[in-house]
Amino acid sequence: MTAAHTQPGASAANKGAWEPEIIAFCCNYCAYAAADLAGAQRMQYPPNVRVVHSPCTGKIEMEHILAALEKGIDGVLVAGCLEGGCHFIEGNLRAKHRVEHIRGILDEIGIGADRLRMVNLSAAMAPTFVERVREIVDTVTNLGPNPLKESAQQGVVSK
Amino acid sequence: MIVASPKPVTELKEIVAAHDKILFVGCGTCVTVCLAGGEREVGIYSYAMRMARRLAGRPIDIEQVTIERQCENEFIKDLAPAVERNQAVLSFACGAGVQALAERFLNRPVYAALNTQFLGILEDQAVWTEKCLGCGDCMLAQFGGICPVTRCAKRLLNGPCGGSTEECCEIDKDRPCAWQVIYKRLKGIGQLDRLEQIVPPKDWRPAWHGGARKIIRQEHRV
Ligand code: SF4
Ligand code: SF4
Repeated sequence: MTAAHTQPGASAANKGAWEPEIIAFCCNYCAYAAADLAGAQRMQYPPNVRVVHSPCTGKIEMEHILAALEKGIDGVLVAGCLEGGCHFIEGNLRAKHRVEHIRGILDEIGIGADRLRMVNLSAAMAPTFVERVREIVDTVTNLGPNPLKESAQQGVVSK
Repeated sequence: MIVASPKPVTELKEIVAAHDKILFVGCGTCVTVCLAGGEREVGIYSYAMRMARRLAGRPIDIEQVTIERQCENEFIKDLAPAVERNQAVLSFACGAGVQALAERFLNRPVYAALNTQFLGILEDQAVWTEKCLGCGDCMLAQFGGICPVTRCAKRLLNGPCGGSTEECCEIDKDRPCAWQVIYKRLKGIGQLDRLEQIVPPKDWRPAWHGGARKIIRQEHRV
């Protein structure tokens, strides 16, 4: 996985108010290209999202998502190809099941499943990408900060 | 192989509630293959447990290690220093592995993180089915290699029962009738005549009905 685009929480630092920090794990063949397209078309979306470029959503391990949440990230978006459109045939279906499993764990431990969402789109669907980003930013804004945020920032995270 | 499944995080949280420094031990053999207690699951459950405990206001320090096999002293003994520096052990092995640790490390609680289920096979991606109860006196030769002791819900040795259908066992629509499978299999290998013989009641003494079993193989002893 490679580089990030936008600066999450940049506006939070300026205003001193909490702004959600979201990680979007984006599949190379759809969401990443859609995010690129959205940028090329100068479409506006909240700057709270850090895009993590992934070869396929099937490559995103449960540990990656859990590690992000443990470190205090407020929400995670997993963005893969439309069902049936995965370049590796079933990577996005595997991701879907993994995301569901983690959502169950998040509910069980009290973080709440809603901080994690999987969405499906194609490379041409820049407006959909923007819409999904807005949705998760809204959802997470309503939920408030990740309850682990504070202790994470105090360096309690051991890994 | 031995097939197990992970306990829910909520139950594990209860189990380790008294400790704030704990060793999670995975096992690299059966439970790794059945995606229940290998290095990966130890990692996932460590994340979940740390987060759950931080949310509860009682952070927990988790050390993780996965050894090749928890059911053999040869592999267990190297764990001693790690066990020593933790208050307790949560073992992600099958029940045998958990007990092997418990009997070796007398001054530390050892808890089971998994529910050990059965001896079975991988039927399909992430689908496991039970094939053998370990009855100690294998009868597979008589039944075309299909075990009615394990796979017939009523353990009939002279099946099928009256509720059998070609599609499924009468107690579970998702399970094939073992006796239909036995019939097809014996037919396929030209041994249908075996069904003419009445199988006498099974001698259960070699099974666990006499308590935990022990095997000593003199030819391999030193
Ligand atoms: S007859 Fe006994 S040992 Fe043989 S497969 Fe069945 S349960 Fe296992
Ligand atoms: S339907 Fe078949 S497997 Fe089920 S109890 Fe009857 S004989 Fe056994």
